[in-house]
Amino acid sequence: MISGTSVNIVRLDGVEKHFGAVRALAGVDFAVDVGECVGLVGHNGAGKSTLMHILAGTLATDKGRIIIGGEPRQSYSVLLAQKLGVRCVFQELSLCPNLTVAENARVLHPCIAGWGWRRRAGKLIGDKLDEIFPDHGIAPDAVVGDLPIGKRQMIEVARAFTITKDPLHLVILDEPTSSLDSHTARQLLSHVRRMVGMGASCVLISHLLGEILAYSDRIVVMRDGVVVAADRASGFDRDKLMAAMGGAAASKMRSVAEATAPRRTTPVRVRARPATQREGIEFVAHEGEIVGLAGLSGHGQTALLLSIFNGATRRVSGIEVTDPVALIAGDRQSDGIFPLWSIAENIGIRSIRALRSGLLISSELEDRLAESWQKRINIRTPDMRNNILSLSGGNQQKALFARALGSEAKIVLMDDPMRGVDINTKLEVYDLIRAEGNAGRTFLWYTTEMEELENCDHVYVFRNGRIVADLRRGELTEERVIHSSFQEAGLS
Amino acid sequence: MTSVPGASAVRIPWATGQTPRRFLRAALPAISLALVVLGIAWLNQRAISYFGLNLMLNLGIPVALATIAQMFVITVNDLDLSIGTFVSFVGCVAATWLRDAPLLGVVVLLAGVGVYALIGAVIYLRNVPSIVVTLGMLFVWQGLAILLLPKPGGKPPDWLHGLMNFRTPYVPFPIIAGIVIAVLVHIGLMRTSYGAILRGSGGNPNAIARAGWSLLKTKIIMYAFAGIFGVLSGLALIGLTTSADANIGKGYTLLSIAGVILGGGEFVGGRVSPIGAVIGALTLTLAGSLLNFMRVSPDWQVGAQGAILIIVLAARALINRTDGRAS
Repeated sequence: MISGTSVNIVRLDGVEKHFGAVRALAGVDFAVDVGECVGLVGHNGAGKSTLMHILAGTLATDKGRIIIGGEPRQSYSVLLAQKLGVRCVFQELSLCPNLTVAENARVLHPCIAGWGWRRRAGKLIGDKLDEIFPDHGIAPDAVVGDLPIGKRQMIEVARAFTITKDPLHLVILDEPTSSLDSHTARQLLSHVRRMVGMGASCVLISHLLGEILAYSDRIVVMRDGVVVAADRASGFDRDKLMAAMGGAAASKMRSVAEATAPRRTTPVRVRARPATQREGIEFVAHEGEIVGLAGLSGHGQTALLLSIFNGATRRVSGIEVTDPVALIAGDRQSDGIFPLWSIAENIGIRSIRALRSGLLISSELEDRLAESWQKRINIRTPDMRNNILSLSGGNQQKALFARALGSEAKIVLMDDPMRGVDINTKLEVYDLIRAEGNAGRTFLWYTTEMEELENCDHVYVFRNGRIVADLRRGELTEERVIHSSFQEAGLS
Repeated sequence: MTSVPGASAVRIPWATGQTPRRFLRAALPAISLALVVLGIAWLNQRAISYFGLNLMLNLGIPVALATIAQMFVITVNDLDLSIGTFVSFVGCVAATWLRDAPLLGVVVLLAGVGVYALIGAVIYLRNVPSIVVTLGMLFVWQGLAILLLPKPGGKPPDWLHGLMNFRTPYVPFPIIAGIVIAVLVHIGLMRTSYGAILRGSGGNPNAIARAGWSLLKTKIIMYAFAGIFGVLSGLALIGLTTSADANIGKGYTLLSIAGVILGGGEFVGGRVSPIGAVIGALTLTLAGSLLNFMRVSPDWQVGAQGAILIIVLAARALINRTDGRAS
């Protein structure tokens, strides 16, 4: 299908895109060769997702040329993109929660119709899941809305790799591993390499620089709507990438001085056991501590956080909580933000009692709270009274941190809140957590990223709803966490 | 969540702990229907006979058809407030023009379906809330019905009257009709490959659009089907009552919404069940008879029907909650 001289599977020349006054893309040149995996990195708002929407045909360009398979394409659309073998896995999931796994596969393949279409669609997606994630455990007739977010992401990724009538030349993966644990993420990335080895191409967008460095052939760095660097992956390392992205704190590694420091002597704020565990290790968090909850995703960490949250207001057996709590949800869109409200209202809702004057909410106090947090954590918006959805994903997450930290809560529960957040925002938030911890707040932090666990004073590793390891800061290594996450039940 | 180790070496079937809940949810409409039938049987055994069921259930057919019409609209996250007066309008057309000038009658009814399709297009293209548009249409249909038949009267075409009073052997006609409606719509919406797209456009419209499907088309199709089933409901109603009145379908809007929800549907998210909707409609119809047998005065019946609705929905919420705790 590659005609003539070009080995580019896709090529964008001088592509521009504006949203009102905002310039999302300012003349981007971008190309992907046949049999190549291109890593695309940049901070939130750098224009990566816009670029991918244009490649997938869901957004039209304002200016510039799109060349696919060697031919310039006018009136490029989703349908044409599919016909030409360009697929995209978007950052926000694009599955229909009310349909089954097989039905969702059918949505992407109009040619699966007529007698036995369910069986064929189910086999198509089932085989692909088996191929990419051998131990996925997903039934084709399961309703997608009943599955946890990690499984949904596996389905979405597998669906993008299924082939029927149209060819498959390029798969664009926008943050494909954000809801996967490290084991499934590795399965996916290995599959990408296998596919690239067979002559297909891939664009991989990720905030996890390790993934990008290890799995791409070439890396393209974007900043403020333009490409600022592009080179073979071997020409980059972590620091160089961070520098190219404009990372303020390129190599900010924390010292691990308190290697064998004992637990703090401050009062205990939380004492808990998972509902499925009645003996063994107990979860304890002291005042001013940052306690990590590690392990593969979906192994009871969120459940424990939620029962601690409930335990703060009513009696829950096995849970002792001494102070008010605030929860920062992981699924920002469904559990975090109020999409119709302004940024200020979204921040103020947890502190509504303090913002009252008489029976009513004082908008003056609300503004004051919002503005103090805007300054403190640098929420990028001209006006805190703008709708929360006007913010980029990372800034929305900052607003959720402001909601929790602006409240009277002494204990903050974090349910993997940094999914898909860019590295700069992450570093800012880490500092914020540290500072608040030193000021006496207790943080309970569920995360699937090793890098974030390094910010914790103490880490509990979960497996199958039980706490299987209790690691002090000095004992914390990636190997130990992985080892505990995978240990056979009998050996723990 | 706890019983599903995402990446452990031992493969545990995903469905563990989920299937009973889904089954229970799906069975809830049938259980409510069974309870109402049992209640009637307990109070008056003679009611559960060929003749009795025919009498109690025949008005359930138009309600079931209107409920299916409402269900199509609810599937795409909208609500049709005009279905009741549309049924009245269709009834008035059927009792006048369809008898006296069949061609004109058929054209007017087809135009009614066309208007429904147009409403779907307007709602999608102009992005106006369906409640606003259909609230307006409520008065339009009612006005047309009154213009057509200022005072009760008219007569259905003979074939329609004959069809609706057809005596099937052994099993009462309304039961067979209900099964036929439920199965046909179930196959069309739940089993065909395009039906999945139609439901998907209620579940996640963006995902459907990104896969290259036209949301305008799905919206038009769903509204057109609502119109078709609205017409069928009006015809069935007039075939049974033998004369029309501009307010004949007045209660149908709320009954149809209640039927969809009672049958396991949700207001948003494209989660609907045609079989459940028909069962829901029949349950609501029979609940009226049950209350009669219980000698509840007609003044209290509407309230009592509401109470039945609340009980069933509370049971559903409870099932969902226990599932949430189990995971």
